[in-house]
Amino acid sequence: MELVVERGRRVYVEELNTTKLLAHARQQAVKRNFDDILIVDCDAHHYENENYSDILPFMENDVLRQVTVSGRAKGRHNIVPSQAGFTQDMGGRVTRYPTRSSEKTDPGRIRDVQLGERWMDAMSVDYSCLFPTGMLNIGLHPQKEMEVDLCWAYNRWLTEKVLPESGGRMYSALCLPFSDPDACLRQVETFGDRKGVAGFMVTTVRNLQVNDNAYMKVYRAMEERGLALSFHSGPNWSEPVFRACNRFISVHALGFSFYNILHCTNWVINGLGERFPKLAVIWIEGGLAWIPFLMQRLDNEYMMRPSEAPLLKKKPSEYMRDMYYSSQPIEIQNLKAMECTFDMMDAKNRLLYASDYPHWDFDLPSTIYDLPFLSEKAKHNILGATAARLFKLPPRNAKQQENLIKYGNLAA
Amino acid sequence: MAEKFVAKVSDFKDGDRKIVFDRDKEIGVFRENGQFYAYSNYCLHQGGPACEGLTIAKVEERIMPDKTSRGLFFSETDVHFVCPWHGYEYDMKTGECVSDRRLRLKKYKVLQKGDDVYVVA
Repeated sequence: MELVVERGRRVYVEELNTTKLLAHARQQAVKRNFDDILIVDCDAHHYENENYSDILPFMENDVLRQVTVSGRAKGRHNIVPSQAGFTQDMGGRVTRYPTRSSEKTDPGRIRDVQLGERWMDAMSVDYSCLFPTGMLNIGLHPQKEMEVDLCWAYNRWLTEKVLPESGGRMYSALCLPFSDPDACLRQVETFGDRKGVAGFMVTTVRNLQVNDNAYMKVYRAMEERGLALSFHSGPNWSEPVFRACNRFISVHALGFSFYNILHCTNWVINGLGERFPKLAVIWIEGGLAWIPFLMQRLDNEYMMRPSEAPLLKKKPSEYMRDMYYSSQPIEIQNLKAMECTFDMMDAKNRLLYASDYPHWDFDLPSTIYDLPFLSEKAKHNILGATAARLFKLPPRNAKQQENLIKYGNLAA
Repeated sequence: MAEKFVAKVSDFKDGDRKIVFDRDKEIGVFRENGQFYAYSNYCLHQGGPACEGLTIAKVEERIMPDKTSRGLFFSETDVHFVCPWHGYEYDMKTGECVSDRRLRLKKYKVLQKGDDVYVVA
């Protein structure tokens, strides 16, 4: 198919075939024997907006369902807020965006599962935590009740249609309608015990305080059930401070880290680590460079102002080291800085590999495996063993089992 | 060094690209403005198929004598090819990674014999 580039010139690119596009990823996996390592991708995506005709019927409220379905049928409005200027595809340079609809899948099976299996197999990923794409902006929806109902519909569709068809290889942290704490609790109580639900996810592009008393019942319900709480970050060009940016690269580079920094600060300073010591908390897609920054920044201020954080029994950085972080997008530009970051965050026990595929800045498992300063045990832990323990994911072959036992991640 | 047949010149339109496989090597051969260029098809970033994405003009920003910007423009002369995985851009004439020109894809020699195009792999 042809894509239009500068001044109307057309360039031929092949129709999308994920397996073919990722052929070099498969080569890497074979060369490194990745099939022998249990690999868990704790942040992969699908395009739920391409499935609205299946999702929207699950909305509970007749009026809201009618509004979304009718508006969609005539192409009149977006269901979830979208943001102008979000050129994830770089003007078509990342060709899997404009060619996505050209990829062929088998009729009779859910397309998103088939596409997921293709990239997982290419990368030798055993399990993927599946997140939506457009709904990462659900926190920007001006109607709280619409946010609640859309999350409800998506969570039902995902747990009833998608995850069961993945043969156990896909799991999820379901979308929480964070604008409505009561609705959050209801969704935790309704979906928390379903197969493939490892926890719940808060989209961080919000101005709500994670330490608000209204959320304590939600966190407690998750902690009691052994569910993980993930914060998935994102950018927001409409945020007043980011209106000062004139390029998407700036909004993107800052935004993902910014929102994680914002909410992680509130989480730590308000002693939520003390209040919910058994709740696994995961910070997703902010990269890693913000972690040592925030550790140093909060520790320095806490030493001078402990009376503003009286629940803390140790330094903020130590609470941060009790939490988990996804690896992508890993900023491999300065290996010394990266090694220091890994050390500060206790990466061998707290870092979880994430691909973020099929988004434009995805990372392959080799980004972790090839780091020269990591021990074999650390590589195995980060690529999957830590997540496997956290989410109770079994090895998929004997060699993986052997490696889990070898590195102390599974009882012999 | 073996000569590997790429294509007939008559089957290789200007602006086209072909991928040649030779044992464990993958080489992308481009025809751009009448010239042939050949580079390793393994991106220096994460190993993506560097030669299988778009070719697109270099983007330039015009700065006036008073240092004000007149915005972004496509170059009239310079062409990049782009790794489709993450968007790493390479200079068509040199194979340099344009965001860090110290990085450069392996370049291969292209031979034209009559109507046949070969790459020296």
